Amino acid sequence: MRQTVPLRRVASARAGDKGNISNVSVWAYEARHYADIKASITPEALKAAYPAQFRGQIERFELDHLHGMNFVIHDALEGGVNTSLNLDAHGKSFSFLVLDLPVTVDL
Amino acid sequence: MALRIGCGSGGEPDQPGPARDLVERGNLDYLCFESLAERTLAQGHVAARSASPGYSRKLETRFRAVLTGCHDQGIRIITNMGSADPLGAGHATADLARSLGLKLKIAVIEGDDVRQLISGDTPLEGVGGTVAGFGKPLVSANAYIGAEPIVEALHAGADIVVGGRISDSALFLAPIMHELDIALDNWDRIAKGILVGHLLECSTQVTGGYFADPGYKDVPDIDDLGYPIAEVQPDGSAVITKLPDVGGCVTELTVKEQLLYEVHDPSAYLTPDVSADFSRVTIQSVGKDRVRVDGAAGRQRPDRLKVQVGFEGGYLGEGEIGYAGPGARQRAELARDMIHRRIVERGGFQGDLRLDLIGVNSIHATAVERSSDTQDVRLRAALRSRDRQWADRLVADVESLWMGGPAGGGGFRGRVTETVVSQPTYIDRELVQTRVTYIET
Repeated sequence: MRQTVPLRRVASARAGDKGNISNVSVWAYEARHYADIKASITPEALKAAYPAQFRGQIERFELDHLHGMNFVIHDALEGGVNTSLNLDAHGKSFSFLVLDLPVTVDL
Repeated sequence: MALRIGCGSGGEPDQPGPARDLVERGNLDYLCFESLAERTLAQGHVAARSASPGYSRKLETRFRAVLTGCHDQGIRIITNMGSADPLGAGHATADLARSLGLKLKIAVIEGDDVRQLISGDTPLEGVGGTVAGFGKPLVSANAYIGAEPIVEALHAGADIVVGGRISDSALFLAPIMHELDIALDNWDRIAKGILVGHLLECSTQVTGGYFADPGYKDVPDIDDLGYPIAEVQPDGSAVITKLPDVGGCVTELTVKEQLLYEVHDPSAYLTPDVSADFSRVTIQSVGKDRVRVDGAAGRQRPDRLKVQVGFEGGYLGEGEIGYAGPGARQRAELARDMIHRRIVERGGFQGDLRLDLIGVNSIHATAVERSSDTQDVRLRAALRSRDRQWADRLVADVESLWMGGPAGGGGFRGRVTETVVSQPTYIDRELVQTRVTYIET
C-alpha cells in the first residue's frame, strides 16, 4: 500500500562535519524503497523543510548501487565546531532533521 | 595470510580497555591510535604554552594498557597522539617502555608544524580573507601529512611510530603500504588502503557506535562496544570485523554509514596520499560481524596539503538554570529575557550572546519547535569574548537567577573555558619537510 511516512521508517542517516560544512548520508533499509526516497528527499525538500537551518547551498551525491545518498550542506554550522555557540556545534543531530522528512513509499 | 590491523582509538575521548582487548585476543599485526580532531591539536598547543604536555593526555594510560602485550607479540603501534609535541610524546613513550622493562624502537615524525610557513598574508580558504585579517592571535598551524614518513619508519624497523597531525586514515594506510609493498604512486592500491583507514579511524562508529535508534536500529551489548579490526587481503580488499566476545555489531549498514562520514563528493575524497574514489565501493556481509569491502579507486594525490591554522578563540562563558512544572517554559523565557537585558541592553555586550531553552529548542534552535507543552526546561546562556570579564559576568548573572530570577529556578551550572578556533588553508606539499628520528630503549 502506498503511504506517506517519516523517512526514519524506511532509511537510516548519519551526519558528519568538516569546518562549516555538514554532510548527512541517507541509506534505504530496503532496496525497493530507494527510488521513492531518491525522488522525495532532494536538496530542495531539505531547504523547504528547514529554511532557517539550511541557508547555504546543498549538493546531493548518489551511490545507487548501495541505495544511499549524501547531502553536503554548506554554511550549515554557524561557522563550524569551534566558533559556534550551539550546544550541538557539530550538527550531529542533523541526521534526525532529515529523517523527519516525509516520504511516500509502497510499504 | 591477511594482515590484521586494529583500531586502538578513534579520537581523544576513547578509553584504553577495548584496545587492550584487541591486543589480548585480536591476533593483531598493527594497532593504530587516532586521537586528533579539528580542535584537539590547537588545544594541545595551548596546553603546551601553560607548561602542560602538548601531546595527548591519553597517551600514557593507553600505552600502559597495551605496551607489554604489543611488545611480547610483536604488534607494531602507529599513532598521532604526539599532537602538538611529537618528540615529547616519543620520550614519554620511551620512559614508559623503560619502566616496564621493554626494549623498543620508537620513531618520532615531526614536520607537520608549519607555523614558520604561515604569514599574515596567508589566505584562509575556508572563510576567505587572510590570517592577519582574521583578527585573532595565531596559536598553531599544522599540515595534514600522509603515510610516507610512517612507511619509512616501519621500513627502518620501528616498533612504535608517533607523530602529530598525521591524517587519520594514513595511520592505517601506512602498514598496508609497508606490508603489501605498495608504491607511492599506485593510486588504486593506495585508495583501497585509505578506504580501510577511513572505516577504522573513528573506532566504534563502524562497530555500532553513533548508530543505535531503538526500535529501528538496535545494537547488541552497546555498553561494551568493541573497536574494529581490518583483515586486509593481499589484493587490498578487506574484511571489517570485531572481536566475537565484545558488544556492538559490524553490518553492511554500519559500514555504509561510516563510508560517507565526513565525506563530501564520494568520487573525490581528498587525502594527503591520494584522491580516493569511493563511488564504486562494494560492501558485502560475509558472516556475522564480518563485512567485506573493496572497489575503491584512486587518482593522483593533491599537490597541496591541508593546513589547520589555530587561533586564540577567547573565553567561552556558559551558564544554565532549570525550571520545571506548570509554567516552566514561561519562567525560563522570563529568565532568558532578563539575561538578554542585563548583558546586551544594559551591559552593552557587542558580540554574539546565545540563549537557548533546553527542552524546547536548544539543539535545532530555529528549525522546529514542537515541545511547547514541556514542563522541564533549562535556560542555557553562552557567549564568547576575548575579554574574560564578559564570560565571568554572564556566568555570574545566570547564577544570580537562583535568588533574583523567576520562581523555582534550580540546578545552576556555569563555567568559563579558554577556547581556540581553527581554520583551514592549503600549502604546496614540497614546502612541508617531515623528518623521522628514533629513540631506542
